[in-house]
Amino acid sequence: MQSTSHAFKQNAHRALHDPMLQKAMGHVRSGFIDKRVQAAARLPEFDQLRDQAKAIKDHTLAHLDHYLERYEAKVLEMGGKVHWCATAEEAREAVLSICRSLDARTVTKGKSMLSEEIALNEHLEANGIEPVETDLGEYIIQLRKEPPSHIIAPAVHVNKEQVEADFRRVHKNLPPERSLSEAAQLVDEARQVLRQRYLEADVGITGANFLIAETGTSVIVTNEGNGDLTQTLPKAHIVVASLEKVVPTLEDCATILRVLARSATGQEFSSYTTFSTGPRRPEDPDGPEEYHVILLDNGRSSMLGTEFQDMLRCIRCGACMNHCPVYHAVGGHSYGWVYPGPMGAVLTPSLIGVEEAGHLPNASTFCGRCEAVCPMRIPLPKMMRHWREREFEQHQAPAKARLAIEAWAFVAKRPRLYRWATSLLIGALGRAGRRRGRFRELPLAGGWTAHRDFPAPSGRSFQARWAEQQRRGRASR
Amino acid sequence: MSSRKAILGAIRHSLGRQRGDGAEQAVEARLRTHDRNLVPQRGCLEGEALLSLFSSQAERVDATVERVATDAEVPEAVAEYLKRNNLPPRVRMAPHPDIQALPWAEKAPLLEVAEGRADPQDLVSVTPAFAAVAETGTLVLHSGPQTPTTLNFLPENHVVVVRASQVVGAYEEVWDRLRAANPAALPRTVNMITGPSRTGDIEQRLELGAHGPRRLHIVLIAEEGDS
Ligand code: SF4
Repeated sequence: MQSTSHAFKQNAHRALHDPMLQKAMGHVRSGFIDKRVQAAARLPEFDQLRDQAKAIKDHTLAHLDHYLERYEAKVLEMGGKVHWCATAEEAREAVLSICRSLDARTVTKGKSMLSEEIALNEHLEANGIEPVETDLGEYIIQLRKEPPSHIIAPAVHVNKEQVEADFRRVHKNLPPERSLSEAAQLVDEARQVLRQRYLEADVGITGANFLIAETGTSVIVTNEGNGDLTQTLPKAHIVVASLEKVVPTLEDCATILRVLARSATGQEFSSYTTFSTGPRRPEDPDGPEEYHVILLDNGRSSMLGTEFQDMLRCIRCGACMNHCPVYHAVGGHSYGWVYPGPMGAVLTPSLIGVEEAGHLPNASTFCGRCEAVCPMRIPLPKMMRHWREREFEQHQAPAKARLAIEAWAFVAKRPRLYRWATSLLIGALGRAGRRRGRFRELPLAGGWTAHRDFPAPSGRSFQARWAEQQRRGRASR
Repeated sequence: MSSRKAILGAIRHSLGRQRGDGAEQAVEARLRTHDRNLVPQRGCLEGEALLSLFSSQAERVDATVERVATDAEVPEAVAEYLKRNNLPPRVRMAPHPDIQALPWAEKAPLLEVAEGRADPQDLVSVTPAFAAVAETGTLVLHSGPQTPTTLNFLPENHVVVVRASQVVGAYEEVWDRLRAANPAALPRTVNMITGPSRTGDIEQRLELGAHGPRRLHIVLIAEEGDS
């Protein structure tokens, strides 16, 4: 996917003035937050399980080379194939050549963010193979030719009426007078249309929530059952997975599963958690004859051993964006690439470079809600700060901002100068604003005063008031 | 250099891997012992408490649960279920001895019973389960010659027959039973099913029956002294 992360500010500006988007984003606020709280409250051990889930991933990442080798050996033993791919391009080619070897014309797809990351659909289309997204949200955005705006609810930016219009536009062979005003009718129509596609597909592609080293198994977690039809009906099942998805054992997988759905949708468990090991066995009456795993690195191995390693614990639950005020305001598309919200703000610069995506770690209020809800206890705000520092060190911050930060640093490192400068400034502001108590406009603070007034300070700096209180406190003791 | 070698090399470099640092042994040991992590209290029930937690958790996620006392009551329960939901008296069942052994002809003579993998036209499937997990009301089914996976997803209605002795508290107990029953390797597909198919993709409102079954009906055989 072509990134527009460098244009975050323009993207966000447009999003803030898009009434349809703003209406749709209301569903994120109402749809996820309360349900997560309730699910967590129903399981007294929830926070302990988070600690253990984190520890499992930390252990796995520290031994990633060995776990991947063990995982691969098991897949091979079970009759599957593993395709190691260093880059997105290698991964696209690997999928294409499997499809070609089967003369595939149609492939069905379960939801996979990694497939978005490697721009798989575009590549298949360019080579004469039709990819059909089967997750309802993914299907909707495929019809709209849009990227996902949320990692678990890809069409969260779309309203019901828009879906109706898209279905009428594309499902031309259905009676035009049919009613599609209810969500249930839309779900039903998608079910009917896609049923046919599952049956005619030659290859089914899914992502993976986990790869289990112990058994050589890939795991998908869905609610619709689309992933299961996708991987069961065609001749071949291709799994696209990045290498940090591996976990040691079934027991470890169970522990992380206990925090995944609760954090994501507030369900205790998703409807379908499916474990796939190799192709169908000779005596099996159904299932795919071939099983391939595309094991992708795409920059992840170089995050190991750095301050960004913790990000590789991410299980893509979406809780961080569900709780992010910036995400709520600007929506997922503003982030300009595949991964939005706080996890995207940390991951995107790692994968496509801080030169392109440097705005994202700056799009944060540092309110800390993302870290508070992250089931894998990923220190997202701290890592955004790391990116800001790197961006600054690499001289990528805009000249005006650099000058201001450098000037501030010069003053802040000199306590006497700092006290003198702040008391002067605050005194001046206090006197100027005494009558109204706030400012409509203020030089250098146009970004603030364009939308709200700036409160006038009391006229004395915090340090001065603190010092005075300390003096009084001592005197009264 | 192959990508495999390059990727593993990059990982080892990033991790500062040293020969003889014990990492490989640590990995071996963990995979061999596959120790349990914390198992939530609610997964540690027994007897009637276990069965009722399973039922209430399954009902919370929109499955329906019906208890019968003996095997002989299952065919009638299935026939009644179809009638209640205005479904034609026709089922596709798993060619599994536990299901075949039920007295279909005797107890539900009007029910048309076919066996095998699912056809796209099938409206109702009847399958056994490998296990059921009380902590979240989850059914565990797996593929095999007697249990085609298509039965779990293609028909709009899925009826699952579960015995009380198959109900366990936590996922970890399922892993133990799976390993014991399949020492060489896991079956190709293991399905954990928690309620019928659903989606929230249109304005985050829940709708049932997205692609998989719209209805999930569990017939729980709780024989005397079984629980
Ligand atoms: S960073 Fe944490 S909260 Fe965000 S998607 Fe990843 S695991 Fe979930």
